[in-house]
Amino acid sequence: MMEFARTALRYVPDALLPGTRPKPVRGQHGHVGEPVSRIDGALKVGGAARFAAEVKLDGMLYAALVHSTIAKGRIASIETAAAEQAPGVALVMTHRNAPRMKAPKGMMDGGGVAGSSLPVMQDATVHWNGEAVALVLAETQEQADHAAALVRVAYDPAPALTDFSVARGKAKRPDSVLMEPAAVTIGDAEKALAKAPHRVDRRYTTPRHNHNAIELHAATVAWDGDTLILHDATQMLNGTAGTMAGVFGIQPEQVRVLSPFVGGGFGGKGLWTHQILAAAAARLAGRPVRIMLSREGVYRLVGGRTLTEQRVAIGADAEGRFTALIHEGVAAMTAHNNCPEQFTFPARHLYAAGSFRLEQTIAEMDMLANTFMRAPGESVGTFALECAIDELAETMAVDPIELRRRNEPERDPTSGNAFSSRHLTKAFDDGAARFGWDRRDPVPGRRREGEWRIGMGVATATYPYLRMPGNAARIRIDAHGHATVSTAGHEMGMGTATVQAQHAADRLGLPLDSVTFEYGDSALPAGAMAGGSQQTVATLAAVTAAAEALIKELLRIAGNDSPLAGLRLADVVAVDGGLAQAGDPTRHERYASILARAGRDAVEAEAKAPLPLEMLKYSMHSTGAQFAEVAVSDVTGEVRVRRLLGSFDCGRILNPKAAASQFRGGIIMGLGLALTEETLFDARTGRVMNPSLAEYHVPVHMDVPEIDVIWTDLPDPHAPMGARGIGEIGITGVGAAIANAVYNATGTRVRDLPITLDKLL
Amino acid sequence: MTPFTYFRADDTAGALRTGAGADARYLGGGTNLVDLMREGIERPRTLVDVTAVSTEIEDDADGGLVIGAGVTNTALASDRRVRTRYPLVARAILAGASAQIRNMATVGGNLLQRTRCTYFYDEAAACNKRVPGSGCDAREGFNRIHAILGASSACVATHPSDLCIALAALDAEVTVVGPDGERRIAFADLHLLPGETPERETSVRQGELIVAVHLPAPPVGRSAYRKVRDRASYAFALVSVAAVLDVGEDRVVRDVRLALGGVAHKPWRATRAEAMLRGRFADEAAFAAAAAAELADAAPLRDNGFKIELARRTIAAVLYELAGEAA
Repeated sequence: MMEFARTALRYVPDALLPGTRPKPVRGQHGHVGEPVSRIDGALKVGGAARFAAEVKLDGMLYAALVHSTIAKGRIASIETAAAEQAPGVALVMTHRNAPRMKAPKGMMDGGGVAGSSLPVMQDATVHWNGEAVALVLAETQEQADHAAALVRVAYDPAPALTDFSVARGKAKRPDSVLMEPAAVTIGDAEKALAKAPHRVDRRYTTPRHNHNAIELHAATVAWDGDTLILHDATQMLNGTAGTMAGVFGIQPEQVRVLSPFVGGGFGGKGLWTHQILAAAAARLAGRPVRIMLSREGVYRLVGGRTLTEQRVAIGADAEGRFTALIHEGVAAMTAHNNCPEQFTFPARHLYAAGSFRLEQTIAEMDMLANTFMRAPGESVGTFALECAIDELAETMAVDPIELRRRNEPERDPTSGNAFSSRHLTKAFDDGAARFGWDRRDPVPGRRREGEWRIGMGVATATYPYLRMPGNAARIRIDAHGHATVSTAGHEMGMGTATVQAQHAADRLGLPLDSVTFEYGDSALPAGAMAGGSQQTVATLAAVTAAAEALIKELLRIAGNDSPLAGLRLADVVAVDGGLAQAGDPTRHERYASILARAGRDAVEAEAKAPLPLEMLKYSMHSTGAQFAEVAVSDVTGEVRVRRLLGSFDCGRILNPKAAASQFRGGIIMGLGLALTEETLFDARTGRVMNPSLAEYHVPVHMDVPEIDVIWTDLPDPHAPMGARGIGEIGITGVGAAIANAVYNATGTRVRDLPITLDKLL
Repeated sequence: MTPFTYFRADDTAGALRTGAGADARYLGGGTNLVDLMREGIERPRTLVDVTAVSTEIEDDADGGLVIGAGVTNTALASDRRVRTRYPLVARAILAGASAQIRNMATVGGNLLQRTRCTYFYDEAAACNKRVPGSGCDAREGFNRIHAILGASSACVATHPSDLCIALAALDAEVTVVGPDGERRIAFADLHLLPGETPERETSVRQGELIVAVHLPAPPVGRSAYRKVRDRASYAFALVSVAAVLDVGEDRVVRDVRLALGGVAHKPWRATRAEAMLRGRFADEAAFAAAAAAELADAAPLRDNGFKIELARRTIAAVLYELAGEAA
């Protein structure tokens, strides 16, 4: 279906496709592109920003959970009497007394957003090790925690598939991978590989990762009759409202989700079982409920990145041009989620090749549903692909940047579409010059400082442009000329409200302090999900549409006495707090004046973003070059990253301060992926054995070196405001850049992440 | 967390009065005990806060130092006498935990901190240390951080302290006070190997309170603490080495103290390597041979075989560097 639409749209001119002709701001106002500090910064530093676990409601009870200790089977018995009699306890909820609820709908299989579409606490069945089997409500958190420890559960375990080495043998090809085909075949890649004068053929593995946002998952919920108020930490307000409505058999309008601040999302702040359980318990108890997962609770109830086993094989001719590109492999998954970890996606768009075989399968296991985690697919897919390219460059004695340059495609190599904008070569050139790539010794292991061997590595970063349909925005201008822009958007610390205020100010010709960006509430016009690096551009498109509708309305009410009389939308620019005829600044009237003459307190307009047809007509991807310099101890194998540089081509950068922070955050997560992060999933029990920040190693300050970030800042002519998303690309390529640097330092190639010291001894 | 009664002791006598019961625990900074209580692994009914007891660092008559058990890790590591006369102690402390944890943690608590074995922490897992006789899920499970020396079929856990490795190398002594009076324990006798009773981790008896650590006069020679771990900070040692080396002008080893962390159920005093080195010419071959001899009995598990090579290399590198400095 997607293939057909893409092919058809290739022949439709841009003029007929509204989404592919983004509307630039006319006139120079100077907010977009400025390093404006985050408007939520002072609120957070001063403690005034209220998060989901800080909302206090009258009569509120606190929840604690009991987690299953088997991976599959049935609850044979649950003893709750001791917990019920413990001090302060109001309710113990189990499958025996939980309200009847429909299973939540998942993202791809039914228009919902739940991380898993399994029913929640509806019978004695246990689906994964760590699933919530009981919930205790008490007057204080401490009382609830204590009572939860008194609940005794006995199980009838059933045979569970928790060993990936077994599950892998039953891997199957899914119907599709995020609406794309699970397999792409062009030519006979295996044959071309066999005939190629130069080739590499390697296996790479990446482990499970867990979400570790600073803010623990939390919700404060209350029922008002049949209306549910859910104070949540979420990156998907509207989807959560709709899915919760489905679970409780009410209308989406009867669920209001509020989430003004989110302390880190990364794909993990979605709809999991804890919000559903809290709402069910609140209904049962007839009182509001606060639930905040413990760190262990996050590991037991919120999915993370799944593990992958990948093969990359590349055949090249004498000049290094790829004649075959094979990327295939398997990822673990559950039967009840829709995150197949699309690790073959980078190879579909990055390099020209004579033939392709790109195919991924899934191995179902009995485990907590895996989920999206910053650049799902691309983060681990670029590890394998970009290491393999480094290995090929090594065997051919060609500089790895040069090898990539020789395979730079003119069009998207698998879809055949034109790129909307692609300046990867420039990103490499700029990055190489700034990083000092020419100081790299191509011979591994030659550069030393005492016991430390020094190496440099490079890799391509990539993440697709995405804009999901259906979001809207409303703009209201009051009698003082102050604009309020409203949409159910999300602020997870990346600068959403700041950047959108910058754009709206330019779009409406207002100073920054004359614009309020209102978000974080599902009752506002439908917002864009903060996922897939698309919220910024999707919101820009909706705000642009709303601004046009508003300007039309302003021109309509301006009347014949206005200097704007007779002008139409296409004739005017928004400037100096009002509208003016383009090219004739003397025909100008301020918003306040227009409203005063019309006798209006305010004027408002709402509009939806145009359909994202640009995504189908063009191959749209952000790209970049990641550079790393590492030191590896000859004695202990310890790896210390000394320098990192990311050089990105992401279209226009709207706020360099916020963008630099996003890029750096992504790169740090990539450092963790490369060197330290690994969820220890015990194959015997299906249980995560390191559910804490002490034993699950994210990089700490001392692991993180200076990180330089630069960008091309070349606008994408087919993206709103010329911008493509930047939230996820930072993590991509980092794993390979560091692995390649470790190879350059030591001559040892580690193909299994994380690169811990034992692999280098 | 199981409800408990909290007392704050003003002095040793007061602490002993409330701390002698079978369900009582002494509370230092709580950086380990409170975590264990939250996990349901420790369930004391009485907590006796002893952070106000024994908080001084005093010069000892024999040229050593007496460190009160209530001294915080930060205070100990920043004490001028410790920094100048026992840099090994300061370095070991600063290699551990985080600044916030060191500000809370006390010397007495540090000596009694419990293993980081993930199966010990998970009530769903079998663990002979947590529930004697229940089995050991670590033996066939994730055991990358586990013991290669002195382990038993019952338990393969490691002792996690950095400070204790330095104290073992320095021949510290520990004073405990209990209902039966005061006694001194040599550091080597403080922590126990697991044997068949891994639930017993130290020779401190129920009700006894650690009140002080005695550091004998500083040994002659140079010292170093090197900790090898999975990230640059805030991780427990895979292998750590505390060493003091005294090399004469003739390059002969006059004295050496060597202790290893991360390899055993207790701080591992490398007596075999020490004995091989005393009186020997201090060169790379001697250090490597001594390290190899110390690890000769090492028994690897599924994931931790690398520790044998890592320990050998780290010992040899630390000694080589100390010998170089001395020359």
